[in-house]
This record gives sequence, structure tokens and C-alpha cells, in this order.
Amino acid sequence: MTATNEQATSGEVQTVVAARRLEHARSVFIGVGRPSTAAILARMVHNPGLVLVYESGTIGAKPYHIPLSIGDGELAETADAVVSVPEMFNYWIGPGRVEVAFLGAAQVDRLGNLNSTVIGEYDHPKTRLPGAGGAPEIAAGCREVVVIAPHSPRTFVERLDFRTTVGFGDGPGDRERLGFRGRGPTAVVTDLGVLEPDGDTRELTLTQIHGGVEVDQVREATGWDLEVAGDLRRTPPPTDEELSALRELLGR
Amino acid sequence: MTEITSLSEAVSELVHDGDAVAIEGFTHLIPFAAGHEILRQERRELELIRMTPDILYDQMIGLGAARKLVFSYGGNPGVGSLHRFRDAVEHEWPHAIELEEHSHAGMANRYAAGAARLPFAVMRGYVGTDLPSHTRVKPITCPFTGEEMVAVPALRPDVAIVHAQEADRAGNVQLWGIPGVQKEAVLAADRALVTVERIVDELEPRPGGVVIPGWVIEAVAEAPGGSQPSYSMGITTRDNEFYRFWDKLSRDREPFEAWMREHVMEPSKDVASR
Repeated sequence: MTATNEQATSGEVQTVVAARRLEHARSVFIGVGRPSTAAILARMVHNPGLVLVYESGTIGAKPYHIPLSIGDGELAETADAVVSVPEMFNYWIGPGRVEVAFLGAAQVDRLGNLNSTVIGEYDHPKTRLPGAGGAPEIAAGCREVVVIAPHSPRTFVERLDFRTTVGFGDGPGDRERLGFRGRGPTAVVTDLGVLEPDGDTRELTLTQIHGGVEVDQVREATGWDLEVAGDLRRTPPPTDEELSALRELLGR
Repeated sequence: MTEITSLSEAVSELVHDGDAVAIEGFTHLIPFAAGHEILRQERRELELIRMTPDILYDQMIGLGAARKLVFSYGGNPGVGSLHRFRDAVEHEWPHAIELEEHSHAGMANRYAAGAARLPFAVMRGYVGTDLPSHTRVKPITCPFTGEEMVAVPALRPDVAIVHAQEADRAGNVQLWGIPGVQKEAVLAADRALVTVERIVDELEPRPGGVVIPGWVIEAVAEAPGGSQPSYSMGITTRDNEFYRFWDKLSRDREPFEAWMREHVMEPSKDVASR
């Protein structure tokens, strides 16, 4: 590995690892911020045919710049199709036409359920968060969900203050009972590593740690007693190509 | 039938205290000028309906115009929180506000049901979350397959307000770019007001253009730049810097009020610019 790679920040590693999840995907549903950066990076480095779908109704957007909002003009100008909000949810998201969804959240629990509504009590919240947006139906309909979140005990909590979006609900079989089409979360990509659901219990388990990170550090940053996979892997560091493409993209 | 009129006359005629008002535009074509005119005419006790409240409703809530907010995503897109909305919910400033929140899919279907004059829409959603115990949705069984579904009640605003690029002199309106849920909002409401960037002799067909016939719109008013700091594709660009600026300015009550006084409430100032 070169000197450039050793300088990759944990945030850069997180973006690169998220982008790698899209190597073979046909389409990805994304919000703004790191998910959007990762998806544009995936188009640059791994998968030029990847279809980017934004909630604003832009299908097949090809942004050159990282958009600030999901409705930036460049997304509409470069899209294959621009559709209304009812069409986006009823004809595209609901039937599972989009393969991967990248979602963020303020809180994640051990079964991959997400909170983006309130911290504290609903009626008298300590922090009022933006709310559901498209997340509940996106997480139900898209074929798989990748959660992207910063690793801290404030985010990875034992109990959500509010369940905005279902991951695996109360455990195995819940998604099927609820009639969801998609498989649910397949990975949670953080700045420390990657959590994946256990095949039997569906509990998020540490399967991968990024360079320079220790398992104890990840445990401390997790609000529940984190399971660690027997075959825990070390994240292959960002390649020169990945890192220079990411930095070029961020500098545009 | 449509009347082509001034924005102040249109608001004065169509928007009343206590109305349920849907001001739509999904990140694009947000009718800022119309919202600001409602503030200048000091409408109160409004039930504000909007999928993404954005900076406009942050301003209206912060100045105390709203009794209730019906919404699905109350954030500053790509930037973070809406601080005036948060202050109202967390600290009841300037007063308490009632919330009715949904998912985007729920709100979109509610507008579509309203446009169709159906009492509700059927969808898959909300289940397994904490939302149903805090909002108005009900389970419903499909009479054909027996599948458990969710019913969301139709939205029927008193007034819908949207912004478009163009109208012709008969009041037919065309918008293009991200179409959001504006057509549904106009058709769901009892009364509709459309502000436009310009009035033209004839509408020229545009790729992806959405045309709303003038005879379902009560009033059309010219408001050049009326969607700024959002944008009207092909005419203005999104002022992303302003969205970042708002995040800093709106954190505290006094700077917020001072800015609103200077840039929105004093009619001598150029209000369409922001």
C-alpha cells in the first residue's frame, strides 16, 4: 500500500466501503450526504451503469457534482426519467424495482430498526428530528437496505426512542409477517467497520473492521453487547484508484 | 375560472385565518413569494400542509402563523435541522404547534386520494413502525386477496398554492423539472393559487412538462423569482448557499426575527429575492 492509502480518514474508508457494496447492483436509492457520495463514487470506479434513484423523482441521475439536496437541478437535468412523488413510491419503490437502498438514521438498534423521528418522548421530545421521509416504505420495498451511520453509542442504541423504519422488527420472521417484499438490512457500514445480520437471530454482528481499528473500540462505540463474527475480516484498505477518485469527486 | 391577478390580491381573496393550506413543491418550485405574502397579510391559526416543510414553513412557524403542521420530512435538505420548527416542537416558541406526521408515501397517496375525491387511499406502509399510534392511518383488508393493507385518509386542503414556470393569458399553467406532488395538491384542494415566473402568449410544450388547465385554478399571479432560494428549472438555480446560511441564522430567535422583519415583512424591500 502506498503513502496515500495510509492517510485515508475513517470517513473516507466508510464511503469507499459503502461504494463497494454497489459493485454488482443495478440500481440504488439514495439520500444526500455520504450515501450520495458513495453511490457517485461507485459509478466512477466500480459500476458505470449503476442507476441512481433519488427521492425527488429523478431516476438514472448522473450528477458530476455531489448534490446538496435531493432536488438539485443537476439531478433532474441528467436523469433518464423524472417522475412525480406518487409515481416514485407507488410504481417504483413499492413494487421493489429498486435493488439497494442506502439509508441513514439517528439511532440504529441491534435488529437494524431505525429512528429518525425524535430523541426522547414523542410528545415532549428532547430533540425533534426531521421524521420519516421516504424511509419506512423504502426499507420495506427495496430488495436490500444498507445503513450508513457514524459509529457511536448515541447512534447504536439498545432501545430506539421511536421506531421510524423497520429493519428486522422484533426478530426473525417479522418482516415476512408484516408483508415486506425486500430482504431488509444486509449491512450497516460505519466509520469503524461493517455489521451484518446473523443468519439465524438477525442480530447485527461485527463482520468486518477497518484498518487501525480494534474490536474493543467498536464494542465501546456500540450501545448493546455487540456480537463479533468468528471469521471477522479486516477491511481491504482503499486502493489508490478509489481514494483518488473520491478526493477528486469531493473537490469538484 | 382563473383570474390573473396580483399576488397580494390572490392571497387576500383565497387564504383566510384558520384555513388548511397546502403549499407544495418538492425541493423544486417552492412558492416562497406566496408564503411570504401570507405572512405579510398576517394570516393566523393556519393548518400548514406540506411533505417537506423546508425553510418556508420554518419561517411561517417561527413567526407564529401555524396552529398545526401536517408533514412527512421536517429537515433542511442536505444541511440538517429546521431550527424554528424544532423550537416550536421542543419549547413551544412562539407557541405550541400540533403535529400530524406521515411518511412520504403516505402523504403522496393522501393527496392523490384527495385529487380523486376518494375518502382514502390504500397502500403498503407504516406497519411495524411507531407511526400508526401517532397519526391517522387504519388497517384495511383487501376484499379480493385478504391481504392486510393500510388506509390513509384523503387530504382535502382549503387552499393549495404551487409555483410554476409559466402560465398563458387564459391561466393554463405549465411546470417542468421535478414535478413533486403539485398537480395532486391543486386537484385535492377546494381553491388553488398558482404563482408563475412569467406569463406568456402561448405555452410551448416542454419535455416532462405538466400542464394544469386554468379552469381548475382560482388565481394565477406573476411572481418572478418567486421560488427562490429554491428554484424554477430553466429559469433560476437553487441557492444552496442560502440553505447553509439559514442553518446558522435561524438557530436563535432574535436574529431570525430581525432577518424576517428586514427581508420579508417590510413591503418596501425586495421580497422576491428571498
